[in-house]
Amino acid sequence: MQDFAQAFGLAFGLVFAADPDLLEIILLSLRVSLTAVLIACIVGLPVGTLVAMGRFRGRTAVIIVMNALMGLPPVVVGLLIYLLLSNAGPLGWLRLLYTPEAMIVAQAVLIAPIVAALSREVIEQFHNEYAEQFRSLSVPRHTAAGALLWDARYSLLTVALAGFGRAVAEVGAVIIVGGNIDHLTRVMTTAIALETSKGDLALALALGIVLLTIALSVNAAVMALRLTAARYAYA
Amino acid sequence: MPDAIPITQARASGRDGDTTGIVGEARGLVYAAGGKRLIDGIDVAFRDATRTIVLGPNGAGKSLLLRLMHGLLAPSAGEVRWQGRPLDDRGRREQAMVFQRPVLLRRSVAANIRFALRLHGRADNAEIERVLDEVGLADLAGQPARLLSGGEQQRLTLARALATNPRVLFLDEPTASLDPASTKAIEAIVQRAHARGTKVIFVTHDLGQARRLADDVLFLNRGRVTEHTPAERFFDRPSSAAAAAYLDDHLIRR
Repeated sequence: MQDFAQAFGLAFGLVFAADPDLLEIILLSLRVSLTAVLIACIVGLPVGTLVAMGRFRGRTAVIIVMNALMGLPPVVVGLLIYLLLSNAGPLGWLRLLYTPEAMIVAQAVLIAPIVAALSREVIEQFHNEYAEQFRSLSVPRHTAAGALLWDARYSLLTVALAGFGRAVAEVGAVIIVGGNIDHLTRVMTTAIALETSKGDLALALALGIVLLTIALSVNAAVMALRLTAARYAYA
Repeated sequence: MPDAIPITQARASGRDGDTTGIVGEARGLVYAAGGKRLIDGIDVAFRDATRTIVLGPNGAGKSLLLRLMHGLLAPSAGEVRWQGRPLDDRGRREQAMVFQRPVLLRRSVAANIRFALRLHGRADNAEIERVLDEVGLADLAGQPARLLSGGEQQRLTLARALATNPRVLFLDEPTASLDPASTKAIEAIVQRAHARGTKVIFVTHDLGQARRLADDVLFLNRGRVTEHTPAERFFDRPSSAAAAAYLDDHLIRR
């Protein structure tokens, strides 16, 4: 019990003292996950929009696959990216394995389906509402897609935040392709796993506190966005 | 008042319908869904710059006919022609439609007008102000469109429809859920558009409104045109039993 109390005390001490090692890990985590979210949005939003607006053969199958990919196990993604990026793999020449960039790729692959599938749902709702009016106005498809993305912006931001929440909290993919190398690829989740196994509960707890705070902040941001959208009748 | 226009006359008008005043027509129009012919072989011609009121009981096919004439739906058989040509995107840009339920972008009142004007390559602020002023919404230009009252929202959709000076304006029960004051405002805007030469095709269940607005009445029943006659004649002496029964039910016959 005393150990726990001591560990918590040390953890808060590290957080409030802005310990450089702790900061380095937090900043790398944010850099990796935010970049992954950005890439996932660049890929996922157009895919989601195309499927939402399109009427083509096999559309239902595509939606089923997109939804299924939302549940990709991080370790499987990590393994696949590892095989691609390892020296013997087709992208081995990029020499990305055990770099932050490899972690970004793994997280982007993990959350792009989430962004695509959730944005498809959001955009489709807007599309169903606007489609007849847009046809009446003879709105070109690219203009319609832009209008849908813009009008759905609050909902899509919550989609991006959901992707970020998933990325920043996952450990399986980044530990495989990043290797948890100190001062290079150590992020919050991999550090927590390592420090816990080493028995350094203070650092693990400090990182856990930060991770929880980020998770809470993300959820608070989602709620605030929803309220803002409702207040301005953009929902 | 225009007489009923036989379809043969519309055909005789050739490519440019203006010679006989025919702006649009449907020939052998059929729309089937779920094994039912919801529009069951309609031939109709519309005179330019007049106000055609479309009447008929629920399920008669009024809204469907509007959507087919405006090219929002593709017919199962038959064809729609405007100014002698099949309707394409360019042709539809000379038309506009107002739906029963206002569909507004999640943007400001002014941004909704700007969106429509941009599609026609004109979106300067003076033009937007003029359009909003026309429907009495200039003071609300910066408000989120979806926070307006129902009547204001419908005035905005009408303003958006008229912003690009359409040659044909379709209205599908635009005042169905509005109070009398909002209905009056909508009718006044439609009347002004008509006065500027816009062809109006207006679906309503409000026979008082039909009397106030109609030059001619197109009466539909079970997906067919039962009659298409000048308004005065329709309300005084409907020639079909279906129309007579419809008017009797609404207790407005003189």
